[in-house]
Order: sequence, then C-alpha cells, then structure tokens
Amino acid sequence: MKRIFYYIFLFVGAITFLYPFIWMISASIAPENEIGNLILFPSTLNFNSYKLMFEKIPIARAFLNSMIVSSSITIGVLVFGSMVGYALSRLEFRGRDAIFYLIIFTMTLPFQITLIPQYILIVKFGWVDSYFGLIVPYLMNALSIIMFRQYFKSIPQDLIDAARIDGCGEMRIIFRILWPNSIPAIITVGILTFMASWNEVLWALIVIRDESMMTMPQLVTLFAVGGRAESQLGVKLAAATILALPIIIAYLFFQKYFIQSMASTGLKE
Amino acid sequence: MKKKYLPYFLVSPYLIHFAIFTAFPVGFSIYLTFNNWNIIAPMEFVGLANYKRLFSDATFWKSLLNTLIFLVIHIPLQIVIALFLAELLNQKIKFRGFFRAAFFLPVIVSGVVVTILWQQLYGFDTGLFNRLLVQIGLGKVGWLTDPNIAMPAIAVMATWKNVGLYVILFLVGLQTVPPQYYEAADLEGATHFQKFFKITLPVINPTIFMVVVLSTIGGFSLFIEPYVMTGGGPLNSTISAVLYIYKQGFFYYHMGYAATLGFFFAMIILAVVVIQKRLVEKDR
Repeated sequence: MKRIFYYIFLFVGAITFLYPFIWMISASIAPENEIGNLILFPSTLNFNSYKLMFEKIPIARAFLNSMIVSSSITIGVLVFGSMVGYALSRLEFRGRDAIFYLIIFTMTLPFQITLIPQYILIVKFGWVDSYFGLIVPYLMNALSIIMFRQYFKSIPQDLIDAARIDGCGEMRIIFRILWPNSIPAIITVGILTFMASWNEVLWALIVIRDESMMTMPQLVTLFAVGGRAESQLGVKLAAATILALPIIIAYLFFQKYFIQSMASTGLKE
Repeated sequence: MKKKYLPYFLVSPYLIHFAIFTAFPVGFSIYLTFNNWNIIAPMEFVGLANYKRLFSDATFWKSLLNTLIFLVIHIPLQIVIALFLAELLNQKIKFRGFFRAAFFLPVIVSGVVVTILWQQLYGFDTGLFNRLLVQIGLGKVGWLTDPNIAMPAIAVMATWKNVGLYVILFLVGLQTVPPQYYEAADLEGATHFQKFFKITLPVINPTIFMVVVLSTIGGFSLFIEPYVMTGGGPLNSTISAVLYIYKQGFFYYHMGYAATLGFFFAMIILAVVVIQKRLVEKDR
C-alpha cells in the first residue's frame, strides 16, 4: 500500500522535471495555432518554426562556433590537466606542494573578482570577437588537474617504471601509458568540461559582439531577449531545442557518466 | 632535456596561465578600484571614491538584498525537496534508473534553455501556472512583473534546475547508512522523527553543508536568469550581483566601479563561505 504512494510521488516528480522539455520539443514542431496551448502532442508536424529560425539568425554558424570552442577547451583541459596532474602526483621537485596549494586556492577564488580585468586583457590582446578570447582563458582548469592528480596516484608505479626501462619519455608515459589506464578520469573531466563550455554564456556575451562569432547559448539568449523573436514563441522554442538537444542526446547515451561526473565534483568538497 | 627541469616544464603551462589569467587580474582588479576608466580614455586616479559610491549606491544594496531573498527561499526548498526525492529513490522500487535520470535532466541543460521555458510557464495570460490558478478559481499572479514575487519566482526556477544534483548526493549519503541501524531503531520502537534526526541527519550533514555553500556561490553568480527574464526589473527587484557588475562594466563602461563591485562581492562570498565552514566544524 505504501508502495503506491512512493510511485505516485516519484511519477509526479518525473513529470515535473520532464514536462517542460517535452513541451518545448512538441511546441517547436507544432502548427502555429497550437503552440500557445501547452500541448504535448501536436496534431500535425510543422517545421515552420525551424525554417523561420534559420532565416532570422545564423544558428548553423553559431553551432559550428560552439563546437570549435567547446572541443578546443576540452582537449586543452585534458592535455594540460594530465601534464600538471602527472607532475604533481608522480614526480618529486621543489615547490611541488606550493603549486598544489596554489591550485586549491584558485578553486576557491570567486570569478566576480577577475571578470572585469580578464575582459580588459582580452581587449589589450586584440582577442575581442575571436576564438582565442573564448578559448584561452578556459584552457586550464584547477578541478581537472586535481582529478587527474588523484587518479594518477592510483596507477601502479611498476607500469611507469617498465615504460621508463623501455626508453619512454615522460610525454609518452602520460599519453601512451597513463591515459589508456585512466579512461574514467578522462571521461569525467571531458564531460564536465565540454558541458560547462557548451553552456557558458556570460563570458561569450562579454567578449563577442560580432554575430558571426557568437556561440549558440549567446545567440539564443540575445534572440530571446532582443525583439527579433517578435514574440514568436515557436521560433524561440525551436532555438532553445537546438541549443539543448546535443547535450540531451549525449545524456541519453552516457547518462550514468554524466550523473557520476557531476556527483564527483560535489563529493570532492 | 635534463631530468631536473622536466617537472617544471610540465607545470609551466599552468603557471603561465595562472600568472596571466588569475594573478594579474586579481592584482589589477584591486588597482582598478582606485581609478575611473572607460578603457579608451586615460585612467583617472580617484582614491576611495569608488568605495564611497558603493556604500551609498542603492542598487548595490538592492542586489545584496535580492541575493539574500534568493538564498532564503532557494536553500531550504532545495534541501527539503532533494531529501524527499532521495528518500523515495532509496526505497525498494522499480525504474529507479529512469526516475534518477529524469530528476537529473535539468542539471545538464543550459540555463538559457531553462530560463526560456520558465518564462513561458510564468507567462501572465498564457502561462501554465496562471492557467491552473484560473481553473481552480483564483486570480492571476504577476510572476515576473510583481516586484515582491519576481525574485522568489526565480529562486523556485533555480531550485527546479539544480535539485537533481542534490538528490544524487543525498542518495549517496543515505546509501552509506547500514540498514541494521534502522532495524535496531525499529526494535527499540523509535518514531520516524527520531530515526530521521538520530540516524539519517548525521550522515547527510556534509551534503547539507555542501548545498548551502554551493547555493550561496550560485546565488551570487546568478546572471542569465534575470538577464533573460526580467532584465533586473521590475524596480530592480531581480538585479543580481553579477548582473549589476555586467551593467556597470559593459553598458556604461565604468570599469573602475564594476571592478569595485566585483571585488566586494568576491569578498562577501569568501566571508560567507568561511563562516559557514566554521559553523559546521564547531557543530562536529
């Protein structure tokens, strides 16, 4: 008997979290007169909203920009994060602990303090309206260094010694020996970094003014805020759908990894 | 390459990046607070004028008050709902994976998407909430147009977006409680309340602390929600810390004053987090 109540509450909960997304997708492919009705199943399919969206804003270009930016940041964070993580976990050198504490310290530093001066740096470097302005400030990430350091510590020393005897340089040790043995860490850091940069919007709003250089969330934001959506709800929802879909599709396939990765950042505290 | 230098070569990208994008900005930010600057004209030294202005700036105080309102609603709501859903997931139920995945979905989706969706739900004439209110015979509410309700409305939306993460974290905590504890408590005839306060609460305490800290940081980082939904209005009732920095910096190009705001908010965040940490450590 008690069970039935559990399922009722769980079901209501699931509907509460899923309904807005289902409505978003349905309304974006519904005929004009049904969009405002909070429907879940459109009577016929109508892709007019998408057609209008492609006419009004350079969404394909923004998709490409977001892909370039998020992929570059993710690759950079993986490569640099594992280099630094390796040095901190496996090599002895003076200043190692100091660098470790520095990294911990930067994790607690609120971004509000660096926002304005970082923008000024981007202006002085001439990186406004460029990929550099979007990518370079995010290439290094304290949390990912800590995660790699933690994970590399658990790898047996024998593996590294054997590679050294075979004449492997340190770079080869990191990318040929440690990486294949650190897939969970790579997946975790990869998902967290890609998701964060795909969804980042404040920094893009600050350093990008030229429409052809805008990222997806930025373009969709300005479209929703500015008058260009002309209160056409369908077009707004089509834009939101296109923005959400890549992450939702990835989530459908790697759901377990997404949840574990996000939870692990919390549990580290 | 000599072996001795190798570690320094490996950490050098971090140190260079840190120097340029963290150390320099922090120092420069403090320097900026003593100046007026619009980036183009030469910098003008103004001493403590920016600080004086900050203390008499009604919008600054308003943004602090708004953040407080946000946190007072967001934190308890988040803890109660997350605990409730985690308790349900911790029972012997089917489809646990599906429910877990559903609760977690808003966590991974862009805040822009969530904001656009909730803007529709909160709509005055066609929004879901007002339609439901009208159906049960009540009047419409100006969710985003009433200055007393707009910020709480944003806090509810933020709870909906983030709560899934804390469901998972609470669930991890709950699963570490050995079932024998509850069985023993049942034998002793303990009530639900006693079991919750004596067994469950001590285990999930660290997670509650984390909700508080992360929500505090989140409250001070609120930007896209008011930016898209209300632009900070009505009557500045939803202007957030970051939205105000953004307006001063990138609407008016008051770089000195925007840096002062950023510096101050950062100090407040650090102070609040340190105090929260102290309180928890005292508790143990």
